[in-house]
Amino acid sequence: MDIFAQQLANGLILGSIYALIALGYTMVYGILGLINFAHGEVTMMGAMLSIALLNALLSFTGLSPVLCIGITLLITLPFCMLLGVSIERIAYRPLRNAPRLAPLITAIGVSIVLQNVAMMIWGRGYQRFPDILPSQPFTFMQASLTPTKVAIVLVSTVALCGLWVLVNRTQLGRAMRATAQDSQVAQLMGVNINRVIAATFAIGSALASLAGFLVAANYGQADPYMGFMLGLKAFSAAVLGGIGNLAGAVIGGLLLGLIESLGAGYIGELTGGVLGSHYQDIFAFLVLVSVLVLKPSGLLGKNTVERA
Amino acid sequence: MKTAIPHKVWLGYALLVLAALLLPFITGATFGSGWVRTLDFVLLYAMLALGLNIVVGYAGLLDLGYIAFYALGAYVYALLASPHFGLHWSPFVVLPIGAVVAGFFGVLLGAPTLRLRGDYLAIVTLGFGEIVRLFMNNLDRPFNLTNGPQGINLIDPLFTVQPFQLLGLRITSVYLYYYLFLFLACVVVFISIRLQDSRIGRAWMAVREDEMAAKACGINTRNIKLLAFAMGASFGGVAGGLFAGFQGFVSPESFVLLESIMVLCMVVLGGMGNIAGVILGAALLTITPEIFRDVAVPLQNALLGRTVIDPENLRMLLFGATLVITMLYKPQGLWPARFGSR
Amino acid sequence: MRLPMIAACSIALSLSLLAGCGKSPEPTTTPTDQATNSDTLKIRIGHAAPLTGPQAHLGKDNENAIRLAIDELNSENFLIAGKKAHFELLSEDDMADPRTATQVAQSLVDAGISGVIGHLNSGTSIPASKIYHDADLVQISPSATATAYTEQGFSGAFRVMANDSQQGKQLARYAVQTLGIKKLAIIDDRTAYGQGLADQFAKTAESLGASIVKREFTTDKSTDFNAILTSIKGSDAELLFFGGMDAQGAPMVKQLRALGITLPFMGGDGIYTAEFLKLAGNDTEGVIGSLPGIPLANMKGGPEFKQKFEAKYGVIQLYAPYVYDAMRMMAKAMQQAGSIDPAQYRPVLAAMEYPGLTSTIQFDSKGDLLNSPVSIYQAHNGQWQFIKTASDQ
Repeated sequence: MDIFAQQLANGLILGSIYALIALGYTMVYGILGLINFAHGEVTMMGAMLSIALLNALLSFTGLSPVLCIGITLLITLPFCMLLGVSIERIAYRPLRNAPRLAPLITAIGVSIVLQNVAMMIWGRGYQRFPDILPSQPFTFMQASLTPTKVAIVLVSTVALCGLWVLVNRTQLGRAMRATAQDSQVAQLMGVNINRVIAATFAIGSALASLAGFLVAANYGQADPYMGFMLGLKAFSAAVLGGIGNLAGAVIGGLLLGLIESLGAGYIGELTGGVLGSHYQDIFAFLVLVSVLVLKPSGLLGKNTVERA
Repeated sequence: MKTAIPHKVWLGYALLVLAALLLPFITGATFGSGWVRTLDFVLLYAMLALGLNIVVGYAGLLDLGYIAFYALGAYVYALLASPHFGLHWSPFVVLPIGAVVAGFFGVLLGAPTLRLRGDYLAIVTLGFGEIVRLFMNNLDRPFNLTNGPQGINLIDPLFTVQPFQLLGLRITSVYLYYYLFLFLACVVVFISIRLQDSRIGRAWMAVREDEMAAKACGINTRNIKLLAFAMGASFGGVAGGLFAGFQGFVSPESFVLLESIMVLCMVVLGGMGNIAGVILGAALLTITPEIFRDVAVPLQNALLGRTVIDPENLRMLLFGATLVITMLYKPQGLWPARFGSR
Repeated sequence: MRLPMIAACSIALSLSLLAGCGKSPEPTTTPTDQATNSDTLKIRIGHAAPLTGPQAHLGKDNENAIRLAIDELNSENFLIAGKKAHFELLSEDDMADPRTATQVAQSLVDAGISGVIGHLNSGTSIPASKIYHDADLVQISPSATATAYTEQGFSGAFRVMANDSQQGKQLARYAVQTLGIKKLAIIDDRTAYGQGLADQFAKTAESLGASIVKREFTTDKSTDFNAILTSIKGSDAELLFFGGMDAQGAPMVKQLRALGITLPFMGGDGIYTAEFLKLAGNDTEGVIGSLPGIPLANMKGGPEFKQKFEAKYGVIQLYAPYVYDAMRMMAKAMQQAGSIDPAQYRPVLAAMEYPGLTSTIQFDSKGDLLNSPVSIYQAHNGQWQFIKTASDQ
């Protein structure tokens, strides 16, 4: 089953990118109970900025590609962390006690602003990722892979392990978990909530920009519109796994990746040609709608009585 | 409401009506009938925004896929009154059908999502809007229902008139569409006002303010929310049908998510729950792009010698920033509803 | 209840302001017009294309081309009915948006134009054509290629470029007859352009005896095609045809090669761009693309046009020669009819045989090109290389 193995591999690679972005949604939701709609745009900014920096470094410094990638990430990640924290500071913090619709609308506003800022800086066209990564395919377990694809899975795994350690083994992680459980009590116990929330946004944004870099490297290009769909799908993944749950986001991401690639690959044959791969984008939405309607807490989320 | 309405108010209404009736002639004479067409769209979007206002403003249910109902209305009109199936039904039949179909889909969307709270609902409706668009784009096979991405062309107009001269102006159908849309917009406004002051309207607002408390007061929250979805959707359906008849061409690219967000902006910016505010929002957001197109480029060329910022970017940037600033500093919109005074 | 009063006052105020400041320049005469003598015939020509937004570079290109044609006509003592013609360009920005296009069309009609060159996109040309048709105008689109544009039965709607159906047909003939391919896989991006091209390609290929072994779809915003490409890998297709644009075509061909698939890759004018070569880099080798018309260098007078245009406006983007032809042809029809009234010169235009840069232009009964050559190109060493020009004759 060479084709099946390939589709599995495709799904896992796509899924690990979704997982990285989904973590950002889930962390913010766990702590603030808020959907950070602008998260996808942070991913986009990460991708665009890293391409721009990489191109500039390669053409002006003559350093080795590996070093250039290192420097690029060293600049892009902190930049996006700062961006995430500023979004929270400007658009969400003042509205923490406002009606639920308010932060959602500001989030849409922030997304539009970020998209258009990116267009003003880099134009509306596609930015090309330089050809510095080896792209020669090789066969592994009957699936054709490239070193970049393997790197995506490895980098995601390392980042996820790092996050797990951070949340479960550090002081900050404990504060985050406490805030997620009950922010008022956490505050009484001496946790500086604002700092914890800022840290959450920073970490989520760092993961998002890392994902942005990986997307750009894998597909060879990035554009100002890419964040929206990517964000939406990652959000669906987070909901699928159980929003607010870290392991859930990872599992949801991988599952959604698999659903999409197996779905698009086999739907035509399964339905005898009535439906085809033009419904690929529908899978994410269907997953989202059916999970929310049937089991709003997701696969791993805790059951709450009423989400009202 | 028992107190007699003062003369001043009547005078105000009379002036308002007079102004609305004269507007296309003044605009047509000074700026050309291209701007009358813009006015037509202002009215169309006002109807659309008033429909969304029922869902978002009155009942407090954030709907990010509202354009789907507009699309449904437009496609119903296009399918029943175009050469695509060779059907040429009268608009008097097709528009109500569009309203019913959109309303039905409104309930279909509403029913499973009743349990969801605000932000989840927003995402699900967003997904719904995209699914509707994807189906419209793809239902040309195995059976050609929507003609896919090519869209449906040569849709029957709502009415046809021969251009004629009046007071030195060449009166084309654009002017008459204005009065048709004005009349329908007034109907929508009237329904909105009656709803707002009715038991249903109060129930919606109760649900919006506190669903639990509303339930405890004996309001059937399920039915009342479904009613909001259905009402809002059918307004959208009518507006969609009018759009199809007015434009003569529909294709899925007219119904993208950004349109949903635009209509939402009209409601939010103008003032959620306030009819006059929503109309103001619709007018502002429909006219500004036109002005930007006419002013931003020549102005930049004159000042800086070249076009530095694309007007489309500038406009979207300002929209985004306005949304954020409105929510932060004037969360009730430019023209807030004044519930206390009623 | 003070609100209606305030509203009424504010509306009344704004109305009076509108009336006051609304001394717009529309049909009034400008000083330069009065300066010209009474023997000149003023002709307003409308032009519409996206002048802002993502396609602004193409729209500007079109605008420059029509400006070049008009400047030439105005300076070369071009006579219509014994009077010296003075063309005046009214160029509008339709933002590539169907709704804006109708508004722009309306204002062009208001301005009393005698003909329109535009719009650039199919999605804007179609809704706008209804407004021009209602005003009994002649519209020549330089670059709208959707078949629906001329299938509306509007007598005044013409185009000077091969439509999607003509292009898809020539590409399929090249693939099946010249390359001898029997089994095809097709992907389209579910846009009006991509779907139209791919459908016509499939239809012609099947009529020539080839079979479509896989038909897959994507969108014009996707970047991940691994799932559909893998499923094509499992079929026995000998060539992959893509109906869509460069932004999807480039990552698609990269992913194709990364999956270890060596199928030849083919597309239409959507991938025949410099951007495609830039984005896909080394993986473009052997990719086949096409462009309606003949290469500029092979056009009669092409190199001179290139020189003329580039001296004034810089590098030609894409459609400039077509716009130039459309404008010159419309002027020629006016001259032969001896009138700038669309009702008078439309029949002349419809029956004309005009030796243009892009080809000898002649319309069929629908307003499409009668003879529509399509040129096939292949990417080699990061450059598009001309292979051949195919046409029905």
